[in-house]
Amino acid sequence: MIVLENVSKSYVPRGTSASTGSVQALDNVSLKVNRGEIFGVIGRSGAGKSTLIRLINLLERPTSGRVLVDGKDMTALNESGLRAARQEIGMIFQHFNLLSSRTVARNVALPLELAGRPRKEIEAEVEPLLELVGLADKRDRYPAELSGGQKQRVGIARALASRPKVLLSDEATSALDPETTASILALLADINERLGLTIVVITHEMDVIKRIAHRVAVLDRGRVAEEGDVYDVLTRPQTQLTQRLVAGVVDHGLPPEIADMISDKRAPGAATVLRIVFRDGAANTPVISRLSRDHGLDLNILHGRVDQIRGRPFGTLVVEAQGTPDQVQGAVSHLQSLSLGVEVLGYVGTAIAAAG
Amino acid sequence: MSELLLRQLAEASYQTIYMVAVSGLIGTVFGLPLGVLLAITGRGELLENVAFNRIAGAIVNAARSTPFIILVVAIIPFTRLIAGTSIGTTAAIVPLTIAAAPFIARVVEGAIREVDQGLIEAGKSMGARPIQIILKFLLPEALPGIVHGLTLTAVSLIGYSAMVGAVGGGGLGDLGIRYGYQRFRPEMMLAVVVILIVLVQIVQSLGDRIAKKVNKRAL
Repeated sequence: MIVLENVSKSYVPRGTSASTGSVQALDNVSLKVNRGEIFGVIGRSGAGKSTLIRLINLLERPTSGRVLVDGKDMTALNESGLRAARQEIGMIFQHFNLLSSRTVARNVALPLELAGRPRKEIEAEVEPLLELVGLADKRDRYPAELSGGQKQRVGIARALASRPKVLLSDEATSALDPETTASILALLADINERLGLTIVVITHEMDVIKRIAHRVAVLDRGRVAEEGDVYDVLTRPQTQLTQRLVAGVVDHGLPPEIADMISDKRAPGAATVLRIVFRDGAANTPVISRLSRDHGLDLNILHGRVDQIRGRPFGTLVVEAQGTPDQVQGAVSHLQSLSLGVEVLGYVGTAIAAAG
Repeated sequence: MSELLLRQLAEASYQTIYMVAVSGLIGTVFGLPLGVLLAITGRGELLENVAFNRIAGAIVNAARSTPFIILVVAIIPFTRLIAGTSIGTTAAIVPLTIAAAPFIARVVEGAIREVDQGLIEAGKSMGARPIQIILKFLLPEALPGIVHGLTLTAVSLIGYSAMVGAVGGGGLGDLGIRYGYQRFRPEMMLAVVVILIVLVQIVQSLGDRIAKKVNKRAL
């Protein structure tokens, strides 16, 4: 649906000359967004997310590379062709960007007015959109009378008015509280399912990705650091940046009091601390009892957590394994053969359970 | 106060209102589009055109920095060309308009620049043409500021209109000078000042009320 081909974008900040001060916002980015999916783009501020989403509807023109939306080369269009193409791409914003001088209904009607649709037709189109976002009773209110979440609902209804093929969401929940964020994300997921709309979501919050995205790209200093299925990226983050971004929502970390006790060196008689990551079906495997039975290990659970990513279970377990190095090695190999993620975090001198 | 003087006060009031209203109206017809152009041709704006912006800005500044009384006499040939005469109330409308238009242009420019850039971006993302962005986004959103600015202009024009007595424009200021000052009629001077104060109050409160009515930003 959306294809970015080797797209680069550099700016010359005001007051500097092109030779000295060009800033590379995006560096040779290639991405493909499939029809009907919710594609997330995550990165820290300054990673180039905003630039990336604005390249899709050409609010920003790439310095090099091509942008294709629904097979149309956006970069090759003239001004009027571009305006027509933009009417098929809805966009919602962090600060909603509603017209304060128009009521809710007239804000939603705006894209239709711009397209020159007759008044009667516009009215008929606006009502169901207000129903869809749950604001039918607010049709004659002004944005100043609405809460942040309601404003974003108006933004969504407005973005859908021209029946776009693609919806671009630029940090649409970043100005909202967690509860409202959840309801807006649920609405976006619902629209995606009901209308089969392709949605691109830009965010700095991994939680947003975890809740609604099917696939995700991690953006780091203008480059795609990692890309893939959300479940894979969240459960097996490949880069340090992704690990840090993921840490907040899928807990790979340890409580500090446990982390402090773990050392890199193996003292005689020390227990090995393992982190076992369960994905999908493996989350149901009776791993612990098997390890102790088949490998003769004494296992003590230090920390554990089970999570869900788009309905698929995902768990982390940190255990302390008391046994000979061979026994531990055997257990690790066994776990790997079950395609569980295993990692040796370190060693503890005396058993934590015994110390406690 | 004699009936004659009262009649003169009434006529002068009418002349002042007539001059201010007509010059304000024509000034808006020229000033509003000029203000929009100044706002959108600036660097990084919707229709960036730095050369136009500099030239238009310089002309506006020149007109605004010329003292009004000098403007009145300096453009007498132009006034004669437009109004057919350079003397009288109608003729006085020409310099008043020329003073009002650049003032309004700056006021409108300021109000439009206050509009959140995000709205322009939203407009572009919907595929709006530049003229649609101006008419459907910028002007409606800038309207409260524009109304405030036009009110300010009307009040300034009431002040300026006092000076057009120099070219026989009449009006309250002229009456105050001729009767109150030159003929030592302090009660006439007082009456003129009171009427001017009342006029300004009416204009200001009317402007405030309209601005409040069109402002939906804070409800």
